Amino acid sequence: MAIRRGRGVAAINYPTGMNLGGDPTQALVHSTPTGNFMVTLSSVDLGQGMKQIMAQICAETIGVPTDRVIIDTADTDTGPHCMGTFASRGTHRAGNAVIQAAKEARQVMLEVAAEELEVNASDLETDGQGNIQVKGAPQKSISIFDVALSAHFKRGRSISGRGMFLIPRSYPEKETGAMKPSTCYAHACTVAEVEVDDETGEVRVLKVKNVFEIGRALNPKMVEQQLVGGSWMGISHALYETTEPYYPNRDHGGTDFNQYLMPGPGDLAQTEIIVLERPSADGPFGAKGPGEMCANPQIPALANAVFDAVGVRIDALPITPERVLRALKAQAAG
Amino acid sequence: MEMRKDYFADVRQDGLHEIGQARPRLDSPGHVTGKTAYFADRNFPGMLHLKMVRSPHHHARIRSIDTSEADKHPGVVRVLTAKDVPHNVYTILILIQVGPEDETVLADGKVRWKGEAVVAVLAETERAAQEGAAKVKVDYEFLPAVFDMEEALKPGAPLVNEYHGQNYYLYDSGECRKVRFGDVDAGFAQADHILEQSYQSSPIEHAPTETTGCVVAPEGNDRFTCYTNTQAMFFTLDNTSIILQMPGSKLHFVGGTVGGGFGGKVDVIVEPIAILGAKLTGRPVSFVYTREEEMQISSPRAAEMVVIKDGVMKDGRIVARKVTGYTDAGAYSRHSPYGTQKGAAHYPGPYTIPNVWIDTYCVYTNRTPSSAMRGFGVTIGDFALEVQMDKLARLIGMDPLEFRFINAYRDGDMKAHRQPTEGAALIECMQEASRVANWPVAGKYMAMSSYKKGA
Repeated sequence: MAIRRGRGVAAINYPTGMNLGGDPTQALVHSTPTGNFMVTLSSVDLGQGMKQIMAQICAETIGVPTDRVIIDTADTDTGPHCMGTFASRGTHRAGNAVIQAAKEARQVMLEVAAEELEVNASDLETDGQGNIQVKGAPQKSISIFDVALSAHFKRGRSISGRGMFLIPRSYPEKETGAMKPSTCYAHACTVAEVEVDDETGEVRVLKVKNVFEIGRALNPKMVEQQLVGGSWMGISHALYETTEPYYPNRDHGGTDFNQYLMPGPGDLAQTEIIVLERPSADGPFGAKGPGEMCANPQIPALANAVFDAVGVRIDALPITPERVLRALKAQAAG
Repeated sequence: MEMRKDYFADVRQDGLHEIGQARPRLDSPGHVTGKTAYFADRNFPGMLHLKMVRSPHHHARIRSIDTSEADKHPGVVRVLTAKDVPHNVYTILILIQVGPEDETVLADGKVRWKGEAVVAVLAETERAAQEGAAKVKVDYEFLPAVFDMEEALKPGAPLVNEYHGQNYYLYDSGECRKVRFGDVDAGFAQADHILEQSYQSSPIEHAPTETTGCVVAPEGNDRFTCYTNTQAMFFTLDNTSIILQMPGSKLHFVGGTVGGGFGGKVDVIVEPIAILGAKLTGRPVSFVYTREEEMQISSPRAAEMVVIKDGVMKDGRIVARKVTGYTDAGAYSRHSPYGTQKGAAHYPGPYTIPNVWIDTYCVYTNRTPSSAMRGFGVTIGDFALEVQMDKLARLIGMDPLEFRFINAYRDGDMKAHRQPTEGAALIECMQEASRVANWPVAGKYMAMSSYKKGA
């Protein structure tokens, strides 16, 4: 009886969006009298940071710092339609809608600034710090604060914009299955290292090295929190979680976190995250949807690592000590 | 975390002001100091609490329901049964014309899974609602149940859901969603080795920190404001409008701050019945799942069975792949017909294979309806595909990572569902994994690129 080590690899891709249902999201952007920007949506922040990312996307597009943007979301009396936060679609779909709305608002803002500076709007640029300046002559500038005041009180302009992003529904062809199920694809490759106790069947995850390609990382810290969390969830799916441990038998289902097992602090693997960025052609600033896929590659990588360690295949999830032990016994029985 | 900026630098515009910057989240201080308001932080004077009477049986006919004792229980204000729900038989994907309506808000004549909602009790306190629920008497006549997908698909199996008429979802393509590409039989005939393997998963819970729920307040003008943690505001509002036969203009949903979703909050379950309760009593209503309900009543990730048959050459090329996928929807559709066809589009994985045959089935059984969950249609498929890849590599004596390089899709490759590959990066991910994990592969693989030169 011994502790045996093994490692396994898995590589995956993941589709963004739900094209098979039709996939719309809309956004509205307007400026306050003092040049802050309000983004109105009905998209939902699940804790992953949707509001923050929409603020950064709007800020980049308008040309102001992110803290000048306020997100008003998920009130159906004010927010325009969003299909919802699922299918790794939130950043991609809502982000595109916000860009379109912010571009329209930016254009009005530049037109008002052009009137104030007596130049052509096409000769203006933003400095990203809250000012609008003449290209090549930054000394000739006006603050966005003053532009907004002028728009509201002097020129009667609404610095606002409407954004719409729609992926029309794809209907699968009956006989061949030809369809366009999603837009861009994210990618990942995970290498997992495990120790398997061949006496108890317990699997201990030593290391997971995850390489993720997610399109443009719009906010790297938030990308990190999502990818680390996803990697943990993948391990949890592989080795622990189920509401029906003896599926298809319905007995022994957990009803709380004492019975429904997930890895605790003592079970955490050494986790490494590497991010590659191949901008997508259709995503906001090249973003893809990494939300779902980051929990997928660990599962088969761990299953393959268990085989590498002890030479048994567990082809049913989760890979519990009971299943490992039964497989080892069957193997020993020849 | 490390960003490897050397990959794809030629197609990426770095150096933007706000994008690509690790700005601190504006909502984090509120989250970590307990000041963020979630739906359950709404508390209205006179608010009622809703508890469900649930089926103790997997499959049974309801002979009768007696709510008289519950009605009389101290604190109980109103007891709701199927007849109180204006459009009781519904399905959420009807909004995108995916029917038939196959599920009841409150069971009518029959229960199809253990835990199904039968009677809703509204009371002054959670405890009174719970006690009232315990006093509802339901007379059941047991029916044979089916739990196993293969059993469910056999002729003569108990019929789970009469609205479908058979134990699988009927697509326009027939009993399954199909993908056909190339000639799979010719591929197998040509293969040096054939490997057919079967993979299985069990249902998985989303396990969000915040359980599913909502608080509804009548606005006094025939409008109802519903504070909810749904993942999809208008999807929920529009379905509620159908179920309650109430114009959407009477409904106001407020949400957007959710303590974890993972796909578990895209079913429309708590809002319609809570709004109905508020309408019929004229009082605010709170309906929040207990942890036990979240674990066993709310939809889990579907159990799946995936059978993969591959034809592979000694040199490592996969020349044919046939996948048959089964998704255990439980008793009702919810989002499962969608996830099942998403699965059909995902196979054969990120590999270029000339001959592909995919059938994916959405199967009904007498268990908790499954629905969306992070990666649904894909996660379990990837488990099956990538374990299969490992087995194939070992079968032909090849390094598992090198084997993947040989088959990896690249820009311009035609996928089985007939979309050309764009923006591929599988090869680069594997190259980087080879480096960081110290898993060496031959130089020719490290020299590959997802950009297909001359393609």
